[in-house]
Amino acid sequence: MGRYLLRRLLQLIPVFIGTTLIIYLLVWALPGDPFAGKCGDRGCPPTYIAEMREKYNLDDPLIVQYFKYLGKLLTGDFGETYAGIKVGELIQNAYPTTIKLAVVALIIEALIGLAAGILTGLRGRGFLDNLVLVSTLFLISLPVFVTGFLLQIVLGVQLDIIKPTVSSEPSIGELIVPGFVLGSLSMAYVARLTRTSLMENRRADYVRTATAKGLEPRRVIGVHLLRNSMIPVITFLGTDLGALMGGAIVTEGVFNIRGIGGLIYKSILTKEGTTVTGIVTLLVLVYLLMNLLVDLLYAVLDPRIRYD
Amino acid sequence: MRKGRLAALVAAPMAVAVFASACGGGGSASGEDGIVTLDWNEPENPLVPGNTTEENGSFIIDAMFTGLVKYSAKDFKPENAMAESIETTDNTNFTIKIKPDWTFHDGTPVKAKNFVDAWNYTAYGPNGFQGASFFEQIEGYEVVHPEDPDGEAGPQDPPTPPTKEMSGLKVVDDHTFTVKLKNAFTIFPVVLGYSAYKPLPDVFFADPKGFEQKPVGNGPFMFQDRVPNQELNLVTYDQYKGTDKPEIKGAKFKVYDQLDAAYQDLVSGHLDFLRTIPVSALVGDKWKQDLGERGKEKPGLLTQNMGFPIYDEKFKNPLLRKAISMSIDRKTITEQVFAGGRDPADGFATPAVEGYTPAQCGEACEFNPVKAKEYLAQAGGFQGQLTVETNGDGGHNEWSEAVAANIRQNLGIDVVFTPVPSFGEFRQKANSFQFKGMFRTGWKADYPNLETFLTQLYRTGASSNDYGYSNPAFDAALDKANVAPTIEEATKSYVEAEKLLADDLPVVPLWTQPIQYGFSERIREGEVVPNRELDLTTVRLNP
Repeated sequence: MGRYLLRRLLQLIPVFIGTTLIIYLLVWALPGDPFAGKCGDRGCPPTYIAEMREKYNLDDPLIVQYFKYLGKLLTGDFGETYAGIKVGELIQNAYPTTIKLAVVALIIEALIGLAAGILTGLRGRGFLDNLVLVSTLFLISLPVFVTGFLLQIVLGVQLDIIKPTVSSEPSIGELIVPGFVLGSLSMAYVARLTRTSLMENRRADYVRTATAKGLEPRRVIGVHLLRNSMIPVITFLGTDLGALMGGAIVTEGVFNIRGIGGLIYKSILTKEGTTVTGIVTLLVLVYLLMNLLVDLLYAVLDPRIRYD
Repeated sequence: MRKGRLAALVAAPMAVAVFASACGGGGSASGEDGIVTLDWNEPENPLVPGNTTEENGSFIIDAMFTGLVKYSAKDFKPENAMAESIETTDNTNFTIKIKPDWTFHDGTPVKAKNFVDAWNYTAYGPNGFQGASFFEQIEGYEVVHPEDPDGEAGPQDPPTPPTKEMSGLKVVDDHTFTVKLKNAFTIFPVVLGYSAYKPLPDVFFADPKGFEQKPVGNGPFMFQDRVPNQELNLVTYDQYKGTDKPEIKGAKFKVYDQLDAAYQDLVSGHLDFLRTIPVSALVGDKWKQDLGERGKEKPGLLTQNMGFPIYDEKFKNPLLRKAISMSIDRKTITEQVFAGGRDPADGFATPAVEGYTPAQCGEACEFNPVKAKEYLAQAGGFQGQLTVETNGDGGHNEWSEAVAANIRQNLGIDVVFTPVPSFGEFRQKANSFQFKGMFRTGWKADYPNLETFLTQLYRTGASSNDYGYSNPAFDAALDKANVAPTIEEATKSYVEAEKLLADDLPVVPLWTQPIQYGFSERIREGEVVPNRELDLTTVRLNP
């Protein structure tokens, strides 16, 4: 296990360098001078453009620029935006919010999705099964911004139960509705995945053996059936958490959550290459670590899987 | 594992909304503490007056700094603020006296040299400030801001200026300085209200980088704190010496990425001022139902036009340009596409500036497909394909397509709409005169005089003359206005100059953008400057 972990961690290094290089090249290879459009229809004074190009090493060959950037990054310096704000500070402000939102969304989707999936998976066809099938289908077909605007206007403006947007440093309570909106789609998938997985495994040999041994039904389901059926669900939830950590552009926009998704979207639009590269680099790391975590969880759930 | 049917229903995903709503909290964003909350977005540049030309940064700068002249929020007229007097006999040499006893927020006095140093610093080429060109009328500007010898694209850098000071600026004593312009420019005192002309404290010159983190001004509000990409807070400056002392205690500028989100906050009372109404609320005048008296509208500073590449042989005939202009149904487009968020243009300026005269464009801006066809025939028709270009990232596609469709239908020309992906690429094409067809062009007034819409756009060789337009008569008319003895007469002459444009139509004037804004119920009154900034000194709260 220890060696496996070490090997996986070492593998992160080339992946990290490769992805940052690709991102850096892509971001700065976008056509159009980032400073040509900075001053509106008036156009920027040439001296301003010259000053900014020098500041961001834009006159060097791209690969030299990259290594200058990487060198700074390794000392923890993410660089500055064109407005002179430290990118590290922006990330520091936005990331806790994103993590909070991601965790709230994950908990909501896991709790409700699993509950619905287990209930229907164990009980089989019937009214409840159909209800869950129809309501998940409904959720899957709704675009996130529709759910978002609907809840915002109904709960926030008409009923005045919540604030239409969250504050700059949102509490968990404020994030429940946005978290529900964000997690609603995955919630539907989790419910369906759990249900299918349970239905398949209910007829598996090991379940019959366990029952034949004379185990209580509660133990058969809790220890044998559920544990084995959770593997695809955990995979899904793990990658989903990785995706949620990358920010949610639409949900953040609707509820004005100052998270990483909106930040990266805005940075792409305004060609803030330094910010985009910095955040995406961080997201790559988060994603890699999430994958590692999911792989390790497999071994916990499935005794047949061993890492050495 | 048998549970009641009721429990199962609760677990069904749809029921969660009920549960979630119970846990949310109500409450208002701003209590009875005298702080107003305003919608805002991240400024594109550091918060230094000379380096700020876009509206988010200017909003803060104008609240934190008081220049020589201030534009009244009520009628957008210039009035002396920090200036005691601005005197001239020849409209070339100005003697400016500033009021004594004013202090910056760090307690240091505001002296004449704070103005002169700030202007010199902004104009100095190697500092690369965006507002540098605002000083090009002052004598000695070329020395501190030399041209690049081989153009922008060339490998050579401009030479380092031999001096950092413009010869046209002289400090006489602590409260007096003189300005010498290259040529007479009668409306110079009007221009002085723009944010590039504000003073800077000594602490800026000692540590510019530190100043960006915590700017120090001399205006009614001082900087409190800022969380980038979230919010910025200002508080009232007790020692403020101006006559326009604010009544509120401070202001919170909240960053919103989506206008719709800000609008929902305004409607539900969590935001006090919204400077733009989203199109979704303009449709069917929904905003007037939502806000009632609290939703307001007045002329703004933005114009939207379609420019012609007059450097291209195909567009040299003014009659052709007139025909195209008359084939566009401005009224229908402003109603259909913008839901009334734009007003059809009848000239080259917006109604907010001094010197605006209705119907300056005359017949050329009226929709008349029959006459348009006649003019097109007289001009010898149009050969080949006409392209209509715009940047695709600015929300301009819909109306540009409508304009293209108008021209196609009413003139029978083959018109295609071709968006350029980004504004940056679009500007590069404009700067290098590479357009092959009509292109979007817009302008925002910097100061409340018609001149702001004329010289920089249409004078021969002017910095934003992207059309290659040149008319000696127009240039002469501008020269005449520049040296007029009084501001009133200068303005009259600018009106005459604008009239000349209507015959030539270097651009097709399309529409101007009024400002539409909304207040919360907390605000009793407040005046908004036509540049969409709420003048915080005029805000009065409901008791």
